[in-house]
Amino acid sequence: MAIIRDMIPAFELFQPTSADDAIELLVRYDGDGWVLGGGMDSFDWWKERIKRPTAVVDLVNVASLQGISVTADGVEIGAMTTLTEVATHPELVANYSVLTEAASQIATPQIRNRGTLAGNLAQDTRCWYYRGGWPCYRAGGNTCYASAPTAMNREHAILGTNRCVAVSPSDTAPALIALDAQFVIQGPSGERVVDAEDFFMGPAKDIERMTVLDSDELLTTIRIPSTWAGASFYYEKVEDRKAWDFALMTVATAARLSGGVIEDIRIAVNGAAPVPLRLEASERIVRGQAASEQTGMQAGEAAIQGAQALRHNDYKIPLMRNLVRRAIRGTEA
Amino acid sequence: MSDVEIIGTPERTVSRRKFIMGVIAAGATTSSAGYLFNGPQPLLGALAVQGSVERLITLNVNGQQRRVDVLNQETLAFTLRYKLGLTGTKLGCDRAECGACTVLIDGVPSYACSALTQSVRERQITTIEGLEEADGTLHPVQQAVLDEGGFQCAFCAPGFIMSMVAMVEDNPNPTREEARQALSGNLCRCADYDKILTSAMRAAELSRQQA
Repeated sequence: MAIIRDMIPAFELFQPTSADDAIELLVRYDGDGWVLGGGMDSFDWWKERIKRPTAVVDLVNVASLQGISVTADGVEIGAMTTLTEVATHPELVANYSVLTEAASQIATPQIRNRGTLAGNLAQDTRCWYYRGGWPCYRAGGNTCYASAPTAMNREHAILGTNRCVAVSPSDTAPALIALDAQFVIQGPSGERVVDAEDFFMGPAKDIERMTVLDSDELLTTIRIPSTWAGASFYYEKVEDRKAWDFALMTVATAARLSGGVIEDIRIAVNGAAPVPLRLEASERIVRGQAASEQTGMQAGEAAIQGAQALRHNDYKIPLMRNLVRRAIRGTEA
Repeated sequence: MSDVEIIGTPERTVSRRKFIMGVIAAGATTSSAGYLFNGPQPLLGALAVQGSVERLITLNVNGQQRRVDVLNQETLAFTLRYKLGLTGTKLGCDRAECGACTVLIDGVPSYACSALTQSVRERQITTIEGLEEADGTLHPVQQAVLDEGGFQCAFCAPGFIMSMVAMVEDNPNPTREEARQALSGNLCRCADYDKILTSAMRAAELSRQQA
């Protein structure tokens, strides 16, 4: 009788109709509140009883967080827009296909139908020691089970680790970093805007968080500037299964080419580090170069500088190198 | 009661006067309860916050308005199976992994195990029980599954069938690969995928004939 064991412990539930009301509730519950979007990350935590919020603030009725609008400067996507809506929106498909390609390969149709763009960005890591409730650094403890000599760490990080070796699971993050997107965050004292790559927080800064979002803040809007509209894009997700699975690694690029030469480019990789990485060193190498196999090799080598494998994830080093190489070569098209 | 007993013991005497004062104080506390709990309630202010939810809701399931008393933390799958008796919706993993609980929410396939009933109370829910017509005529997808003998144990069938219903709505002329994609959120432990895909293709064919 799985269902009896799986009954979620009780919580207060609120369904405010504005972002202001939602934030007021989060302030009131001061860290014991939980923001519910599509719920695709939340339900696991509640059912396993590892996280037990006092109050859940369900954003389902906040109309201002819904939908996609095309503006003079690009596209604005409301935080609660589902991944299916993102993947199928005509303007995004036409001009920002790196994002629609990323969104359409996430998980399964059912998950994309409920899961939101903000949820995909702000979701917690998939490290199973942490998700299994082990008292690791990220959970407030004083060890990392995933980097122990006998640990199963095939999916963990090769770069940028600091005590914690878990990776960010978001597939839309590298696409949005490649597109130079900005994220609008609303809190009790107003709005702030951060660049996509600055939204994520590594363990060196705060090991218990994945993003810069405070407990009383909401990610409200994702802004994609028109800078890269209709550019040459490349997206590739490497996963164990063709559906449902989280990525082992993803690469996303946006490039401007002229006569086979890369004039400008943004490259992002996820699955390599605790945060989605923008590969600025590789970008510098390929700017002004031909979009060739050789340029790709150089960019790939630069990408893996400093990479260190755990016991079971050494394959990720050549994988990262080759993904970057393929992305550079692929921009030729 | 312990106060009364203490009066009778020689070691720890409470004077009659103190005892009476205690009783009066207790009475005063009791009678002031009305002032504490009847006026404006700062302690229970949460109840007045915009966005509080009602326990007793009306849920639109298979075209019927169903009154149901739901808990805050109750999932749609739980409400359908254990409150409304619609046990056609199955619970396999209860973790948004297997797809056995797939229902349509405003026509869109969704895992009923991973949506709060409260979150979808203003939407239209369709379960496997809502597919056949009032006279018992099967939905073309159900007919196709019967024709092709699509499943072995069929525990996963209601979920797969709901995904197929959404698929034929969305893409009436799918390739086998497109059907595979449309059904990628459903698992079959009998691994009967080939027959299930054949059923899905037949379902699309029957639906086209009826359209």
